[in-house]
Amino acid sequence: MQMAQPGTRPVFAPWSDPAEKPLIQFRNVTKKFGDFVAIDNITVDIFRREFFALLGPSGCGKTTLMRMLAGFEAPTSGTILLDGVDIAPVPPNKRPVNMMFQSYALFPHLSVWDNIAFGLRRSDMPKEQIPARVEEMLRLVRLEKFAKRRPHQISGGQRQRVALARSLAKAPKLLLLDEPLGALDKKLRQDTQFELMDIQEKTGTTFVIVTHDQEEAMTVASRVAVMDHGKMIQIDTPDRIYETPNSVYVADFIGDVNIIEGTVADVAGGKVSISWAEGQPALIGTAPEGIAKGARVHYAIRPEKVAIATQPPSDRANVIEGTVHDIAYLGNISTYKVELPGGRMMKAQVANDRRIARRDITWDDKVWLSFTDTAGIVLLK
Amino acid sequence: MNRRFSWFNATSLTLGFAFLYLPMLILVIYSFNASKLVTVWAGFSTKWYGELLQNEAFLGAAWITLKVAVISSTVATVLGTMAAYVMVRAGRFAGRTLFSGMIYAPLVMPEVITGLAMLLLFISLGLDRGVFTIILAHITFTMCFVSVVVSSRLATFDKSLEEAALDLGCTPFDAFKSVTLPIIAPAVISGWLLAFTLSLDDLVISQFVAGPSSTTLPMKIFSAVRLGVSPEINALSTILISIVTVGVISASLISKRNIARQRADEQKALQL
Repeated sequence: MQMAQPGTRPVFAPWSDPAEKPLIQFRNVTKKFGDFVAIDNITVDIFRREFFALLGPSGCGKTTLMRMLAGFEAPTSGTILLDGVDIAPVPPNKRPVNMMFQSYALFPHLSVWDNIAFGLRRSDMPKEQIPARVEEMLRLVRLEKFAKRRPHQISGGQRQRVALARSLAKAPKLLLLDEPLGALDKKLRQDTQFELMDIQEKTGTTFVIVTHDQEEAMTVASRVAVMDHGKMIQIDTPDRIYETPNSVYVADFIGDVNIIEGTVADVAGGKVSISWAEGQPALIGTAPEGIAKGARVHYAIRPEKVAIATQPPSDRANVIEGTVHDIAYLGNISTYKVELPGGRMMKAQVANDRRIARRDITWDDKVWLSFTDTAGIVLLK
Repeated sequence: MNRRFSWFNATSLTLGFAFLYLPMLILVIYSFNASKLVTVWAGFSTKWYGELLQNEAFLGAAWITLKVAVISSTVATVLGTMAAYVMVRAGRFAGRTLFSGMIYAPLVMPEVITGLAMLLLFISLGLDRGVFTIILAHITFTMCFVSVVVSSRLATFDKSLEEAALDLGCTPFDAFKSVTLPIIAPAVISGWLLAFTLSLDDLVISQFVAGPSSTTLPMKIFSAVRLGVSPEINALSTILISIVTVGVISASLISKRNIARQRADEQKALQL
């Protein structure tokens, strides 16, 4: 199997290519249920062969957005274009879009084979080509042996694969996946995530996935849209979402983060110093655009970018003294919860590259936390 | 825990079942009586069953009853299923509560009133009373039973199955035909059996809307009894009891077993 290696092949980034035509365009789409605004004026482009993740807590509008693509909901205002065509008047059964349901929605009265053939029988595919296509789909999801079984006679993971095969059988332009792995246990979920990516690459279909699991979104997606209250807060590649969140909401939603609130004491030479506590040295960070002296800002830094040591380091821009309050040992990593002067907590994460006996930091130890001036990010909102 | 069958339980069970089934049991026993006198036992015989088969009037009434029951329960099943589908699926629309209440009202409506109302309607429409009017009246009062049975099944039906069908290219009607109907079929069948049984033994409503040439079996029995109970009637009633018993038991078996199994299947298919 060939692994993805950045640098050895062209980077897939159609969103940064102005000549690329998007497959789906949301233009000022708003959806209201009564007075409740489920989708609040969203404008976004999704490109061919993308694996686009809609990520957010329940009730953020991500499922509504997907159901509008499938045709089960109509936007209250705004337009949705698929391949440049407004899809509002097209009923679900006429859209070149298929959906994999959260509950899988396999037809209990039909065999696996008939479930997969269901959509093909209602397409313009000649009858004699259907068996070949079903076999192809069964091979794709490795379920050849289970073709004759009913949905209740196979396991949850197999059911998930039948649902995937069924929704891919008609070779849709766009495949929608609604929390596709929610019902699987963690190990199976991780395996299936890679399988999904593999299938997406093989078939070249555009995938839009809805999930509340940030790890899942980060793993599978080419781009992630973080949603909250019907708005897309940030749309970016997983690494940029993680490394350069545009708001405290995104920084907090994705992964673990230390957030320190402070006031800008000085801006000079692209650096900003933030005073955050009495008697503590100011935090030095990279100045974002449009920052001014005296502004209230949040400094966000990931625990794994904070180093912990028993001696004060001399080469880091930011050094804070504290006492170890708690240690969470997770096997591969340990998280140290360090109490800073004034009672504030800061987490530092260390990879356990040594056996446990060789580690020398323990509870109530005096430690120094340190990080560079580019490790964290200064957030204005 | 003491699982012993106490005297109290045994007594109440016996009393309850005696109240329910003793009259019928006596009727069944006397249908095998050799004597012509209903109250005097004169040994076992099946001659009344034989005589029954010679009785043209009874056979004619039985044929009409069967025809009415089959046609009316079939139409009632179609209408009742449609009504249930709309009530469960159409979501909220103005007057929904009123409509669903009105579908179930005939369940508790006194039969005399339903019968009288039907009679008045047919008279004002100028319809000649006969088999056709009985069928219409039976459709009216059995439809709500079908609707209750089917809508209770639909209430637990996963809507995403229908959405999946639409998503895979079905028209709404095709989705109903190829996905919804096969899954709710057991409930529809037990609704039909229920309607069939109700139509088969209806007396009051039929009495109101029947014409001269459309005497149903329950009407025939009722009028015959007024001239005196004959063992022949006992035999006929025994046959009716058997048919109704078989109908009701199979309806409840179908609905219980199949619905339980399908629901379990569906749950399994839905979750893990």
